Amino acid sequence: MKRIISILMENESGALSRVVGLFSQRGYNIDTLTVAPTDDDTLSRLTLTTNGDDQMAEQIVKQLHKLIDTIKVVDLTEGPHIERELMLVKIKASDSDSRAELKNCVEIFRGHIIDVTPTTYTVQLAGDSDKLNAFIEAVSQIGIMEVSRSGVTGISRGDKFIRIN
Amino acid sequence: MENLSGGDILIRALKDAGVKDVWGYPGGAALHIYDALYRQDDVFHILVRHEQAAVHAADGFSRATGKVGTALVTSGPGATNAITGIATAYMDSIPLVVISGQVPLSKIGQDAFQETDMVGVSRPIVKHSFLVTRAEDIAETIAKAYYIASTGRPGPVVVDIPKDVTDPSYKVPYHWPTETKMRSYQPTDKGHRGQIKRAVKTLIEAKRPVIYAGGGIVIGNAAPHLIALAQKLNFPVTNTLMGLGGYPSTDRQNLGMLGMHGTYEANTAMHHADVIFAIGARFDDRVTNDLEKFCPMATIIHVDVDPTTVSKNIEAHIPIVGTCTSVLVEMMSIAEQMDIEPDAKALAEWWQQIDQWRADKGLYTASRYEPSVGNLIKPQDVIKMLYKVTDGKAIVTSDVGQHQMFAAQYYRFDKPRTWINSGGLGTMGFGLPAAMGCKRAFPDTDVACVTGEGSIQMCIQELSTCTQHNLPVKIINLNNAALGMVRQWQDMNYSSRYSESVYEDSLPDFVKLAEAYGHVGMKITHIDELEEKMRECFAMKDRTVFMDICVDRSEHVYPMQMPGGSMRDLWLNKTERT
Repeated sequence: MKRIISILMENESGALSRVVGLFSQRGYNIDTLTVAPTDDDTLSRLTLTTNGDDQMAEQIVKQLHKLIDTIKVVDLTEGPHIERELMLVKIKASDSDSRAELKNCVEIFRGHIIDVTPTTYTVQLAGDSDKLNAFIEAVSQIGIMEVSRSGVTGISRGDKFIRIN
Repeated sequence: MENLSGGDILIRALKDAGVKDVWGYPGGAALHIYDALYRQDDVFHILVRHEQAAVHAADGFSRATGKVGTALVTSGPGATNAITGIATAYMDSIPLVVISGQVPLSKIGQDAFQETDMVGVSRPIVKHSFLVTRAEDIAETIAKAYYIASTGRPGPVVVDIPKDVTDPSYKVPYHWPTETKMRSYQPTDKGHRGQIKRAVKTLIEAKRPVIYAGGGIVIGNAAPHLIALAQKLNFPVTNTLMGLGGYPSTDRQNLGMLGMHGTYEANTAMHHADVIFAIGARFDDRVTNDLEKFCPMATIIHVDVDPTTVSKNIEAHIPIVGTCTSVLVEMMSIAEQMDIEPDAKALAEWWQQIDQWRADKGLYTASRYEPSVGNLIKPQDVIKMLYKVTDGKAIVTSDVGQHQMFAAQYYRFDKPRTWINSGGLGTMGFGLPAAMGCKRAFPDTDVACVTGEGSIQMCIQELSTCTQHNLPVKIINLNNAALGMVRQWQDMNYSSRYSESVYEDSLPDFVKLAEAYGHVGMKITHIDELEEKMRECFAMKDRTVFMDICVDRSEHVYPMQMPGGSMRDLWLNKTERT
C-alpha cells in the first residue's frame, strides 16, 4: 500500500542525508521525496512516499522518529488527507492538430500551458499522483519530450495539523 | 567569562562532561587539540597503537563502568580506522563519544590531504553525529554529544571538528551549558502504565513462563530489579549473550544463555513457554533461529527503551516502551498490589520439567564433552580453570569465535558489567583493547582477555600500549592454530574443506612476542600444568601476562541450533541431536 509520510525536522546540514540513508540502510524504498523549509526557518518539512504493509509502515515511522534531527513523523495515509504533486511536461506540438488536442487535454485536466515555442508546449499540472499519471497517459501519443515531477507533498484534512509548540 | 581557543574549549568541555580518560592517536588535523591536551592536567590521554583500539578501549571502559567512553582520532585514516570500533559500540548500544579531527573548513570537499567525510562515512553506525563549524559551538555540541550518547538507547556519537575551528589564535568566551535540552530528542523513560498492568497480570497467570533478559538489563543497570521480580515470581531466567551477568548465572532460577549456542534447558524452555517476558532484548537472529518456528505457544511481552526494537522481528502481544529499570520497578509495585497469586502448582510442574531437561542434557549438571587428556587440552576446561583461579570475580573480555562462546558458556557470570564482548557486530580484535579499558577503570580487579590466535592478532599491537600505560591484563589465548568457528562451520556444512582457516607454520611464538613487548609469556601444552601456570599468571598483579594455551583443534561449540529450525532444534555434540 502506498504511504505518504510527513516529517518535521531540524533545518540542519546532514538531516536530509540521515533520512535518505535510513531508507537504503533498512531496505525500504522511497518513491518520491520533497523537502523545503517551513514558515519557521529552523524547521524543514519533508514528505516522502513509500510502499509497504502495516508492519513495515510502523517500523519506518518508528525508525524515522528515532533519528535525532526529526521532531514529528506522521503517516498521513492513516487518516483523511490531501495529496498534491506538481508536474511540468514539455510536449512536442508542431502541427495545429496536436496543438489543439493538447490545449483540450490541458483544459480537461485543469492544467496550464506556461511556455510556448513554435514546436513545443510546456504544461504545468498539479494534483494527486493518479491524475498526473492519467495526464501522461493521455498525451503520450502526442509526444512527450520531458517530464519533471516535484514528488508528493501532503497535509491532513480537517483540524489536525503538524506543528511544534 | 574566560576567552579560550577552540582546542582549549574542547578539553575544558570534556572535563566539564566528567571525562577523565581519552583514548586516542594524534595526527595533523587534531594537532591543535593535542596541544591543548598537553597544556592541562585534568583530562588524561592514553596513546594506543591503532585507532580501532582507541575506540574499543573506550568501549570496554564504558561497558565496565556504565560511563560514556571517549576516543580522539585525527581525520582521514584516523577516522576510518575508528569505524570498526564505532560500529561495534553501535550494535551493542554502548555510549561513546568519538571526536575526530577534520581538514580545515575551507578545504572540505577539496579532496585535501587526509580528508574523509567522517559524518557521512559513520552515518549508518552512529546514534548521531555533529560537524562543528564554529569554536563558539564546541562546548554546547560536546554537552549534547554526551547527553545523546548516554540517554535513551545509548550509542556512539561522532563529533567531527575541522582544524581551523580549534585554531589557537582565535579565542572566544567559554560557556558550559548547565542543562541540555533538545526539542527533537526526548527519549522515553517510563512505560505505559496500562500496558505494564496487562503485562503483570499476564505474567502472574502464566503456567510456563520464561524471562528472556538481554543486554538492556546490563546497560540499563536494571539487574537488581530483574532479580527482585524474578525471585518474587519464582520464574526461570535466561540471558542473551549480551545479558550475561544481568541475572546471576549460578542462581537456581538461571537457565544459562539462550540462542545459537545456548543451553538445551534455556532453548527448550523457551520453545515450550506459554509466556515470554523479553526485557532489554531484541529477538536477534542468533537467538530466535527460524522466526516462523519461534516459540509457537508463547504470549510475548516485550520491554525495550527503543520503540523500533519492539515488534521488529517478532510481533509483541504486549509491547512496552520504557527503560528496563523504570518498567521493572513499576511491575514490582503493581505485582505487590495485585490480588491474584501465581499458579504455584503449574509453576512447580514447570520447574520439574525444566529440572528434568537440565538433568538429561543440561550444560551444568554433567560434563557434555570429552575430558582433557595429557596434551589434548579442551578449551572448555581452560575457561572452567579461569573461573576457578579467578574465583569467578574477574572482568572477562573476549574476542570473537569459539573461545567467545566457551567463555560465555563456562565462565558463570554472577554480576553485570563483568562480561565484555562484541555480541552484535562480532568484532575480532575487540578483546585486548577492551581489556585495557576495563583495567584502566578497575586497576585492582583481575581483567582477563579470552581470545584465540586468530582474534588476538587483529589488535596485538596494543601489547605496546599495555607496556606504556601499565595495563597488566591477562591474555588467555585458546590457541588451536585454526580459525575455530570458521573451521567448525566448514566441518558441519562444507565437508571439512578448510578453506583459508589454518595458518600452516606461520603463527608467531607468542611467548617471545609477549617478551618482546616487555611482558611475561607462558606456553601451556599439558592439562596438568594448566592450574599451576594460571595461578602463577594471576599472582603477577603488576604484569601483563600472555598465556598461550594449546587446545584441541577438533573441538566444536555445542549445543548448536540447527539452521532453519526452532529454538529447541539443537546439535548437542557431533553425533547427537534433539
